[in-house]
Amino acid sequence: MKTFLKLTYMELKLQLREPVALFFTLAFPVMVMVLFGFIFGNEADELLGGYGRVDLSVPGYIGMIVGTIGLLGIPTTLANYRDLGILRRLRATPLGSSPVLWSQVAAQVLMTSVGISLLFIAGLTIFGLRIPDGNLAIVPAILLSAFSFFAVGFVLAGVMPSARTAQAVGMAVFYPMLFLSGAAMPRHIMPDSVQQIAGWLPLTHVVILVEDLWLKGTWNLTSVAVVVVVLILGLLLSRFTFRWE
Amino acid sequence: MTRVIEVRNLHKAYAGVTAVEDVSFTVEAGEIFGIIGPNGSGKTTTIESVIGLRKPDGGSVSVLGLDPQTAARKLGNRIGTQLQEAALPERMKVWEALDLYASFYEKTVPWEPLVEQWGLAEKRNTQFGGLSGGQKQRLFIALALLNDPEIVFLDELTTGLDPQARRATWDLIRAIREQGKTVVVITHFMDEVEALADRVAVIDHGRVIALDTPDNLIASLNGETKVLFSVPNGFQAKRLETVSGVTAVHQHNHHITLSGKGPLLANVAAALAQHNIAPADLRVQQANLEDVFLALTGRTIRN
Repeated sequence: MKTFLKLTYMELKLQLREPVALFFTLAFPVMVMVLFGFIFGNEADELLGGYGRVDLSVPGYIGMIVGTIGLLGIPTTLANYRDLGILRRLRATPLGSSPVLWSQVAAQVLMTSVGISLLFIAGLTIFGLRIPDGNLAIVPAILLSAFSFFAVGFVLAGVMPSARTAQAVGMAVFYPMLFLSGAAMPRHIMPDSVQQIAGWLPLTHVVILVEDLWLKGTWNLTSVAVVVVVLILGLLLSRFTFRWE
Repeated sequence: MTRVIEVRNLHKAYAGVTAVEDVSFTVEAGEIFGIIGPNGSGKTTTIESVIGLRKPDGGSVSVLGLDPQTAARKLGNRIGTQLQEAALPERMKVWEALDLYASFYEKTVPWEPLVEQWGLAEKRNTQFGGLSGGQKQRLFIALALLNDPEIVFLDELTTGLDPQARRATWDLIRAIREQGKTVVVITHFMDEVEALADRVAVIDHGRVIALDTPDNLIASLNGETKVLFSVPNGFQAKRLETVSGVTAVHQHNHHITLSGKGPLLANVAAALAQHNIAPADLRVQQANLEDVFLALTGRTIRN
């Protein structure tokens, strides 16, 4: 346990010393929210159920953070650790693979929390974010989504031959999802055909899951199912794809 | 003497390509044991099998009486390793690495004295990426010693270091042995095992082709000594062919190399004095492990 905590703390410190990763995981979602917030404002609108546009976009930005860390952060970090021989050095200790992987998960969960907290702080201070009542259920929903995407990240890291390809493939998977899922812009402004495609993307279901809980306090069971299936597949596959070198 | 490592008929292939054909050796407690061979000869695979990172396809390995395959964790607590091509995250600081790695073992020695001993005290807050090659290697040695191991494995420790840093590293390796530990040094540098090892296994194409003390290996060549010097222009080296013990004379401009046996230097010096020649650069070259490898394989080690 002491080892796991030390590894997690170390990993977190290393993440915080990496300016590029920090920008994409922590600063970028806040910047997007602020940018669109200044353009469209956050006036309460009857058509939007009494919420403003920034209020409605929060679940999307949460999906953005989860996707960035799962599909860009984890595969790049882990494949990089493998390429450079960092995992090789760890392997020559009595440690075993579990603490290495779980500390990575724990550190990234903490990074996700920091990212979401910054989002809320910026939203509250700049746009007077309206927080719906009784929506604490988004916490387990976000955790579920994070684990699901992190597992996919571990599979990517294991399957890709190098950190460069892991990063490239991660981006190729992430960016289309980012724009189609409603994480970066509202789904309802897109044509029906695009929305149908979006319905097949896991990130869309992360956004729907959080959105429904955030605004209505209800669990969208289809979305729960999709996220859980991705999680199970990711966990099963990552067991076989993990490589020390 | 206690036997701490016993490898018998080790065999390992990757996807049909044989890396280790048939390797056997034993290591005694308290010695510096050298494993030398060209790149790709199978020495790293051998050592990775010994410390339990690879599962041998054939043969047996016993380290401190344990099977590295079934008792990996137990063994990991009693050995220290510096593997080739291993690294730390660029932004991890020296003290953080030591503090973190110390938490991986059941029992450890305090890392602060290690930092002093390995000359890293001033670098304790420096990130791994900011260390020189020699400092990185010293940090790796310090990490390998954290758990007060009984055996230390050092794979290609001095590759990429300048000559001065290499020599400094050798002194440090001797210091590890002084602490009563067994050291296994894997290298492709002949001078390294010659300077350090009590015994050396020469590996080529996945087999041990010689195993003895460096002195015995060199003596086994029944080697000739070489005497080298330079002479004034016009001197004909052929005149030295009759000197007692000389078997060959080579002249290149004013550089002369005499090969032979017996007290060659004394005989040659006497003969030169007779000819009224006093070369300033008279020196003797003994056979070394490079010559042993050449004699055994017909190749030099870096081919």
